[in-house]
Amino acid sequence: MDYTQITEPQTREMLATIGVERIDDLFKDIPTSQRQAGLLDIPRGISEPELLTELDRLARNNTPCDDANTVCFLGAGVYDHFIPTVVDALANQSEFVTAYTPYQAEASQGSLQAFYEFQTMICQLTGMDVANASLYEQATAVAEGVLMAAAVTKRNRVLICDTLHPDAIHVLRTLTYEQPIEPVKIPHAGGAIDMDALKSELNDATAAVILQSPNFLGTIERVAEIATLAHDVGALVVQSVDPISCGVLKNHGDLDVDIAVGEGQPLGIPMSYGGPFLGLFACREQYMRKMPGRIVGITRDLDGKRGFCLTLQTREQHIKRQRATSNVCTNQGLLALRAAIHMAAMGKEGIRTVARQCLDKAHYLSEKIDALDGYNLKFDTPFFREFVVQTTHPVDRVLEHCHSRGILAGVAMKTWFDDLDDCFMVAVTEKRTRKQLDDLVEALGSV
Amino acid sequence: MSVMPAEERTIVTPAEADHPLLFEQGAPGATAVSLPESDVPEIDAASAIGAEYLAEDAPELPGFPEIGEMDLVRHYTRLSHRLFSVDENFYPLGSCTMKYNPRVNERAAAMPEFANLHPYQPIEDVQGILETLFHLRTYLEEISGLSEVTLQPSAGAQGEMTGLMMINAYHRSRGENRPKVLTPDSAHGTNPATCTMCGRQACTVKSRSDGRVDLDDLRAQVDDQTAALMITNPNTVGVFDEQISDIAAIVHGCGAQLYLDGANMNALLGIARPADFGVDVMHFNTHKTFSTPHGCGGPGAGPVGVAEHLRPHLPVPQVVRCDDGSYAWCEDRSKSIGKVRSFYGQIGVLLRAFVYIRALGSDGLRNASEKAVLSANYLAARLKDRYHFPFPPPYAHEFVMVPRFGSARVTELDVAKRLIDYGIHPPTMSWPIQHCLMIEPTETESLATLDHFAEAMIAIADEVEQDPETVRTAPHNMPVRRMDEVAASRKPNIRWPR
Ligand SMILES: Cc1ncc(COP(=O)(O)O)c(C=O)c1O
Repeated sequence: MDYTQITEPQTREMLATIGVERIDDLFKDIPTSQRQAGLLDIPRGISEPELLTELDRLARNNTPCDDANTVCFLGAGVYDHFIPTVVDALANQSEFVTAYTPYQAEASQGSLQAFYEFQTMICQLTGMDVANASLYEQATAVAEGVLMAAAVTKRNRVLICDTLHPDAIHVLRTLTYEQPIEPVKIPHAGGAIDMDALKSELNDATAAVILQSPNFLGTIERVAEIATLAHDVGALVVQSVDPISCGVLKNHGDLDVDIAVGEGQPLGIPMSYGGPFLGLFACREQYMRKMPGRIVGITRDLDGKRGFCLTLQTREQHIKRQRATSNVCTNQGLLALRAAIHMAAMGKEGIRTVARQCLDKAHYLSEKIDALDGYNLKFDTPFFREFVVQTTHPVDRVLEHCHSRGILAGVAMKTWFDDLDDCFMVAVTEKRTRKQLDDLVEALGSV
Repeated sequence: MSVMPAEERTIVTPAEADHPLLFEQGAPGATAVSLPESDVPEIDAASAIGAEYLAEDAPELPGFPEIGEMDLVRHYTRLSHRLFSVDENFYPLGSCTMKYNPRVNERAAAMPEFANLHPYQPIEDVQGILETLFHLRTYLEEISGLSEVTLQPSAGAQGEMTGLMMINAYHRSRGENRPKVLTPDSAHGTNPATCTMCGRQACTVKSRSDGRVDLDDLRAQVDDQTAALMITNPNTVGVFDEQISDIAAIVHGCGAQLYLDGANMNALLGIARPADFGVDVMHFNTHKTFSTPHGCGGPGAGPVGVAEHLRPHLPVPQVVRCDDGSYAWCEDRSKSIGKVRSFYGQIGVLLRAFVYIRALGSDGLRNASEKAVLSANYLAARLKDRYHFPFPPPYAHEFVMVPRFGSARVTELDVAKRLIDYGIHPPTMSWPIQHCLMIEPTETESLATLDHFAEAMIAIADEVEQDPETVRTAPHNMPVRRMDEVAASRKPNIRWPR
């Protein structure tokens, strides 16, 4: 099955028009010594029924988070939120799925308008002035935020809090390795940024403080206080945000954050084993011309009619080449569109309700777990929908015990933090029912 | 088939042209979702987490949409109609490989067994997706002829970055630090931009008048300070540079590496393997070559293949098959450049690429490349009398041509915009040479569609002679006419007013 439509007689007709005898003649510029002799060593093509059988076999070797068999309390950057049917239906409209980046404005008003609305909703949610139309995911958005902060302040020293998602820290290190960026790690103390360490490292060579709130350990950081400290020495604050938390917490504009980056997955994007997701990027208006990624603006056409087009393109590589602000080209268009549809479907009230239920259910569960023998909350810091549990049992045994009962109780923290080897982290979304929460408590109690 | 502009086929009526923004619709209190009542007690948030963190009462979210499901559906359905797409329009966008995106790929990605997997689930829960990724990895290794492939990079540009970082790491491991990377003048903009992000200086190598690399200029520039040459082959003007082995020898002679931008792999599947012409590193664009949809600008994926000597530097983790036949992630790679993105990659996209390669197989892949090349050469042959072709045939899977019409002041932009009136998406414009159109039909179009396009191009050439104004002011049938892009960037309005 190869989806071509040109038949044998048509092939002959086309070759005659071209004026060659065989298709092979069209490849004459490839020296024979470099031509592939015979077929590649991969299986030959198969029909659709055979393909579906193969896919079913592969699918059966996965155990998805479907509530009936597996209830998901895993988080750590990826969350099992409810996705309305209408979001799937609209985001899968084939015109959206199969269009290219909207360079041709006249033939792309639909996607351009959707991205403009996406940018606006991200601003409304975060309280920032301007946003772009997406980056790859949280980690590259963080890295781009760091590069932009360095460019804006013309400073190189960046303070990186170790409560940022470990993948973001790792990717940041990889992607800025060849840049004159000097990363300084700020440790956590009791689940939050160690404020003394932060104060002692902040100085007038510092470009930015890079933090996440709610942080990787679930804690809501003292962002406003940190912003004041940073701004006092002329440094910027780059915060990785959780868009759902904006339904209850103060937003980043109010907290005086300069650049808000983050992961848009909770906005209607399936977990899909870690991708494709959606890198969010928003900032204050004065930095707009240094922002990476595509940006859509409103303008007028020849008749003066309102319309949309890609704008500020002189930042981009197809114009500026080696002087571009970033090399990002194809980004996450369809995920931005999906997130926009999700936000619009949820609306003001839906976003608040989801956030509120995460908060209430996470606190309900945390109290019950804290009351169990052999378990306690590791930190006494404020949290939103995720918290770290310390246990006297071996963590692996706890997680396996729950897994055997169809519950993914959490992620083991020793993967990332040596000092938390007796801990696991539990995430609670609005999707979890009281029964599921009680079942987890029961399972933990019976280890 | 009629080759009249699709005047009656106008995709929206003028009344709809000013389609309101989400923020101009709806009413306070409206919503498109219903959520269950909370079944746990409401906590006192201020005392539980501290009033200083909370938005007072509930966040105001000023301006945030409030709209019902019916109107939400109409809003996005109407937007979807104001958009050219492969599913509705011929889309000969050079360098972008806008081929048909098979429905069965989408079906696979939507299966709950793939869509509802959490990246931190225990390894025994995810054997199916790991097996899928492992097979995809080995297919790409075979297609490129290279030793090992990483699936992690998020798109072509990130693949370029991954490749260059490995090249840097390789030179460093030999005690060298090479500051320069060469790119031909016809290179895609991401190539030089990637060099800068990797702390390398991009230097331009000239092309000859026939579109091939100027070997003299290459020899003059390549030296022991050169980390790599980044090349696209077939190149961006649509010809296969037959000097590729010489180029590889010159580059390797100075200890530099040959990087292949694999954007044009659709011409080579099962025809020639990049490793066999001396490539050390390459990226694939699954969203071009392997039919994963472009989604209005992503998501894509940019797997990267490397030759044996670069394997120690590949990103972690890598998907592997264990001795017992199970699949796992391997973090162990002493000289790895690290991770280039969160988790493991654009899994949903990679799954689609697997489905595609599995469906086509070795025979189908070769047929796809043959038909892609046949289609491009056929279109060039049909247009050669009416348009100027700066480079001689044969072409690979795409070609460039220059609209040149005596005295009429009609530009490539005008021709491209006029195609919109014929229901055809414009080709790539003004790159890689001035005033050109770059045309890539792909293998999935029927002969009838190719003929329709050729006839539309010829009709436009006629219009230029008889009625150039119509061409110059095109398009005429769209919801909007040409946009004032200068005004848009002078005083940007990139969000709805507060
Ligand atoms: C020749 C070439 N190189 C690189 C790229 C960049 O790839 P991506 O958009 O996947 O980042 C493109 C895509 O437009 C291209 O055409």
